[in-house]
Amino acid sequence: MDPVIRIKNISYTYPDAPGPALNDVSLDIWPGTFVAVLGSNGSGKSTLAKHLNAILLPAAGKVLVDGMDTIDEGSLLPIRRRVGMVFQNPDNQIVANVVEDDVAFAPENLGVEPGEIRRRVDAALRQVGMYELRLHAPHLLSGGQKQRVAIAGILAMDPQVLVLDEPTAMLDPQGRREVIDTVEALCRDRGITVVLITHHMDEAARADRIVVMDKGRVVMDGAPREIFPQAEALRALRLDVPDTTELLRRLNAAGMRLPADALTAEDCAALIGEALG
Amino acid sequence: MLKDITLGQYFPGDTPVHRLDPRTKLLLTLLYIVTLFLVDTWSGYLLVGAALAAVMAVSRIRPKAMLRGLKPLVFIIVFTAVLNLFFTSGEDYLLRWGIIKITRTGVRRAIAMVLRVVLLVAGTFLLTYTTSPLAITDGLERLLSPLKKLHVPVYELSLMMCIALRFIPTLVEETDRIMSAQKARGADLETGSLTQRARALLPLLIPLFVSSFRRADELALAMECRCYNGGQGRTRMKQLRFSWADAAAFALGGLLLAGVVLLRRLGL
Repeated sequence: MDPVIRIKNISYTYPDAPGPALNDVSLDIWPGTFVAVLGSNGSGKSTLAKHLNAILLPAAGKVLVDGMDTIDEGSLLPIRRRVGMVFQNPDNQIVANVVEDDVAFAPENLGVEPGEIRRRVDAALRQVGMYELRLHAPHLLSGGQKQRVAIAGILAMDPQVLVLDEPTAMLDPQGRREVIDTVEALCRDRGITVVLITHHMDEAARADRIVVMDKGRVVMDGAPREIFPQAEALRALRLDVPDTTELLRRLNAAGMRLPADALTAEDCAALIGEALG
Repeated sequence: MLKDITLGQYFPGDTPVHRLDPRTKLLLTLLYIVTLFLVDTWSGYLLVGAALAAVMAVSRIRPKAMLRGLKPLVFIIVFTAVLNLFFTSGEDYLLRWGIIKITRTGVRRAIAMVLRVVLLVAGTFLLTYTTSPLAITDGLERLLSPLKKLHVPVYELSLMMCIALRFIPTLVEETDRIMSAQKARGADLETGSLTQRARALLPLLIPLFVSSFRRADELALAMECRCYNGGQGRTRMKQLRFSWADAAAFALGGLLLAGVVLLRRLGL
């Protein structure tokens, strides 16, 4: 199996910036996986995301999407159709005044035949749980609902990869949960590859793989169970570990002997329960 | 306070008038305006007024809503009336007092003009009351689509209108927020002379503009990510279709025009 996105030694410097935002980054994204990209502000994680669907083009190195080079202008539309992107501010990515018309925007752009657009729009809205609100005006929705509409708008393109650039940064806890649950279900049930850019540890904990970035480089790459026990290293990168990992670490520091890799609250509770007999 | 602004206000409903194709309603509004300008008899005004009342009844638009819509236009209406009342030349004086002269023709003309303005505005309101802004934009785009041959960017224009409508509530909300923020910092937006108040608006407008530019930038990026590539080769999910109801509406509109022309001929 080939990776759906192959990043080979890319570097990028913003105009007028003192240093590079990306510095020799290589990464393979495998189909159907849920990848979280972690990093503090200025680590280059958003810049990396913008390279995945040719919003930015690498100054050096290559990004291949499904075998197509992002630098090749002729493959721009096929690449954007395969790699959809959801941004931080839910208000600034909704085009139309009716939910279903907004979701139809991308397939309309692609010249999809009307009956098929209808089918895709309904399917996408059902997947994100917004079908009942399809005739609503977007400004009357909550932040989490708006973000789910934005995700549906991408799903209607029938993409292989969904890139989300801090999609929960402007949402309340309820909205955050809605969005992350939706994204996780899309990966698990529909096999859509997800790249989630975030600085929330609890969101990253639900991924298959975590890529940690710092100063434009990839500094850690592995399953959450491998990454989170390295609390000291993460703290040095100005990142926190999830609450569960922190609890286990403190219990161990106080003399208990628990494996440090339980991530969900349930697993953690089970572990502690077992240790206490 | 800003919530009171109603632009292109629309009363959702499910009446035969609401269900008409937006193109039909646009064309009929045009026909209605033409008809109205052909009226030159009292019976003609009566006929058009009756037709308007009938459409209002069918679309369940309450007279109260219509009056509320007309309220901001009271000044223009009174102005028109006064202008016609005092400045119509003629010899059939009703009243003559110094330079103030009121003639029979003047009174007649003033009443006719007021009727014409009210009927005109009420008729066009009926369009926006029963058709969502999006449907109007859509209808306009399709009616104007022959202009694409002349390289008029019809689709782009309608998209612009659509996005503007979409962002009105968002920007209103934002203005409210900036206002509260400036008030919390001691800004005084409500008292003082006109120039003072105008100047107080600056700290409101500048952040609003800056954030609008940022929004526009982000929206453009999001649109690009959704394969926006101009109007060429674009399809639409919702297809507009003329139905028998549209044909019937056109027939009724034609009948009204014919009636008005007939009354004009007969001079009734």
